[in-house]
Amino acid sequence: METISVLEDRKNQIYRKGQDSFDISCEKKSLAGAVSQRACVFCGSRVVLYPIADALHLIHGPIGCASYTWDIRGALSSGPELHRMSFSTDLSETDIVFGGEKKLEKALFELIEEYEPKAAFVYCTCIVGIIGDDVEAVCKKVAAKVGIPVLPVHSEGFKGTKKDGYKAACDALFKLIELNRKPEKQIPLSINILGEFNIGGETWIIKEYYRRMGIEVVAVMTGDGRVAEVQSAHRACLNVVQCSGSLTYLAKDMEKAYGIPYIRVSYFGIEDTSDALYDVAAFFEDTPKIMERTKTLVQEEVKTILPELSALKKDLTGKRAAIYVGGAFKAFSLIKALKHLGMAVVLVGSQTGNKDDYALLREMCDPGTVILDDANPLELAKYVMEKDAHLFIGGVKERPIAYKLGIGFCDHNHERKIPLVGFEGMENFAREVHETVTSPVWDLVPRKAFNRAISKKG
Amino acid sequence: MMPKKIKTKPYTATRNACKMCTPLGAALVFHGIEGTIPLLHGSQGCSTYMRRYLISHFREPVDIASSNFSEDTAIFGGGDNLRLAIENVARQYTPEMIGIATTCLSETIGDDVPMILDGMDKKVDPTILVHVSTPSYTGTHVDGFHGAVHAVVERCNPVTEKTTDALKTRKKINVFPGMLSNEDIRHLKEIFTDFSDVRTPIDTQSPDAIKNGIDSYAMGNNTEFTILPDYSERLEGPSWEDYQAIQKGGTPVREIKAMNRATASMEFGSILASTVDQGEKSAGSLLKERFDIPLASLGIPVGVKATDLFFERLEELTATPIPEKYKKQRGRLIDAYVDGNKYVSRQRAVVYGEEDFVVAIAGFLAEVGIIPVLCASGGKSGFLQKALEEILPKNILEQVTVHPGMDFTRMEQTAGALEPDFVIGNSKGYTLSRHLNIPLVRVGFPIHDRIGGPRILHIGYKGAQELFDTIVNTLLQRRQDTSKTGYAYM
Repeated sequence: METISVLEDRKNQIYRKGQDSFDISCEKKSLAGAVSQRACVFCGSRVVLYPIADALHLIHGPIGCASYTWDIRGALSSGPELHRMSFSTDLSETDIVFGGEKKLEKALFELIEEYEPKAAFVYCTCIVGIIGDDVEAVCKKVAAKVGIPVLPVHSEGFKGTKKDGYKAACDALFKLIELNRKPEKQIPLSINILGEFNIGGETWIIKEYYRRMGIEVVAVMTGDGRVAEVQSAHRACLNVVQCSGSLTYLAKDMEKAYGIPYIRVSYFGIEDTSDALYDVAAFFEDTPKIMERTKTLVQEEVKTILPELSALKKDLTGKRAAIYVGGAFKAFSLIKALKHLGMAVVLVGSQTGNKDDYALLREMCDPGTVILDDANPLELAKYVMEKDAHLFIGGVKERPIAYKLGIGFCDHNHERKIPLVGFEGMENFAREVHETVTSPVWDLVPRKAFNRAISKKG
Repeated sequence: MMPKKIKTKPYTATRNACKMCTPLGAALVFHGIEGTIPLLHGSQGCSTYMRRYLISHFREPVDIASSNFSEDTAIFGGGDNLRLAIENVARQYTPEMIGIATTCLSETIGDDVPMILDGMDKKVDPTILVHVSTPSYTGTHVDGFHGAVHAVVERCNPVTEKTTDALKTRKKINVFPGMLSNEDIRHLKEIFTDFSDVRTPIDTQSPDAIKNGIDSYAMGNNTEFTILPDYSERLEGPSWEDYQAIQKGGTPVREIKAMNRATASMEFGSILASTVDQGEKSAGSLLKERFDIPLASLGIPVGVKATDLFFERLEELTATPIPEKYKKQRGRLIDAYVDGNKYVSRQRAVVYGEEDFVVAIAGFLAEVGIIPVLCASGGKSGFLQKALEEILPKNILEQVTVHPGMDFTRMEQTAGALEPDFVIGNSKGYTLSRHLNIPLVRVGFPIHDRIGGPRILHIGYKGAQELFDTIVNTLLQRRQDTSKTGYAYM
């Protein structure tokens, strides 16, 4: 049995419930040389803005950043699909020497003429900051000529973490709203959905719930997004923010600028989905019909899925799960959803959680659960083996760790094709977990050998 | 989405690139060396994006460390971060080698990596540090790949060894296959192993052997070999019984260190050979220059003709006749070509990918009667046209449109008018094939939308057999699917 050592500088980003005082270190830059599961500022901006389907997304830099993000997640659109194109200024050596502004300007004019987008986002990558391109000025110049918003996204990879990328994206969204703001009337009984990206059709499920409740969705940011909808967002009564704060920055800005309050919700699992809908209904308490409809909706939906969930639970009860996700907020929901299926969570971690998030995770978890901030493959492997998990929930980078160690896997990230939100999402989730955990292939993998080795080591 | 207007004038932006950036190729090479961890000197995102990209193809853990630039690093230089990263990688993985590749960021701020590394060797001894310069704004992933192979060979074979080792026996053949699939590498190993089982050496005094200079170094069978890189085990290993910080497999470092004592080197890639002719360095050319090791450069052996060439060279270099097994494979392959000739003859294909791969696939298609009407690549070495002229017969060449430096959007616009019957290349051509409503035969890298990409065999008679069957069956399926009545025989 190979011993996996944890780097000294990483030890205070790992916590084991019940064993020591709780002072997890988080919101730090990743340690150099540790193979972080995180990406960069650009990645944060790209995931947030990407689903806006009628906008031009131009990545200003050498080709890599565009190649690796071409059509890699669902972000389904019910209409235009311009967002699925990967546009890059593909900077070459001479551009680095002489600057990329002219190329950027020319590229923008050509692309806007050909694709007629409703707005354009220009993502700055690492070297744009270094070679000193004035992207802001180019965008202004182009916008003035073509008459659509052309917005720089300050997403230079090294200027912070993924969270800073969320912020840069939110800044761009806010600018987009501001550009169009006219003294228009607020739309009664209306909300914006924030932090929902329609990877596998989730946006449509959630919108349908709100329709049934009698609430108008003004804009979804950014799932199945459109520029015109985003630009009407200031007319909604409430911002309903999903996900661990990728869009919280925007919600805060909008609260400050337009007085629109926001609430944070999650649509993963029965409990959290119901809470989300009830919270929104409660906000519109002056229209009691909404709460009535919501109650009916929740009851109907839960009734529909319960029989199957109970059946699946029989096989899953007592199985152990590990969770490693981008944002901690998703982890909260997953813990509840897994409990619903009778499963125990033995490891939970996130790329970008903050102190409050980890404090809440600690409260929610059973003793002995390992809590990790910004983990790397070695740490994840060490603890899923030690905890002998049956299921790992994560993204594409965690999948091979799970599979190599003979552990079932559920993709809760970009690559999923099935919606996991809402009531039907819970059913999909339960099915997927069941499929992988009960697969007969685990009987064939040599996992049991190292389990024995671990128990010998104590 | 299909653009509304078709444009043929030069376009500034790249739309749906048919290439990846330089460090990706380097990272892949380092995964093909035993006990080696790649470390990218740049932002965290570079490592993570490339890991994700490689994982989606190989479906295996692909660890790539990062020196993790911050704003301060970008302003004051990346020296401290890189040194810290090396120490942390050394501590956490105890690797035999750390392969350090730069990125656009560290190259642009002008980090002098050799200077930063000065003294680090001793600090992390016995871990070897190899540095390859891979600015993402030059070339493509393939340049990063060849650059890393060259850097490793250079680092492990310093010129001083020439004199001390001159008297040791020379037996081995160095093989630099380029960016092939796991299955290709396994097949290469099988071929070399089969050669070593052959007991009858060929006459080294034959005119051919003398002409090729074999007599000067051939001491009986020279069938030992070192393939660099070899990620075929590491990036396609069995389920783990125990945790592996670095997966097993890869070219052993000690074998790379012994490359200067080989009888010959073999390097695949006609484009690569052309760049070497122009003064660029490759691993093979370096060994030739430093240690007088003869270099056999040849195209990637895809198809009968290219594979024949490969086996001929192998017979010469190993002084061993081709094993019976491969003669049989060749026989079956040609018989299959005959059986399927009518289904492929005059069919039109769009071929894309990295340049050397495009040349090899186009050569194979031409020999079965398929016209590679469009040969495109995101790479622009300047040699694609020439390489295709050399491999394609004139009557076919006349019907071929060649486009280096092309992206998928232009490819789609150009291909439409050429009325292709199918597309052959990596997964990234899916969009194009869907829009053109013609089938995609998946080969090369990356294969992100199917399982088993690393198991696709391209090279040798066996590889040609599999490619041929796949293409014929794809075309037959198409006929069946589009037939009004359907049929269960042919």
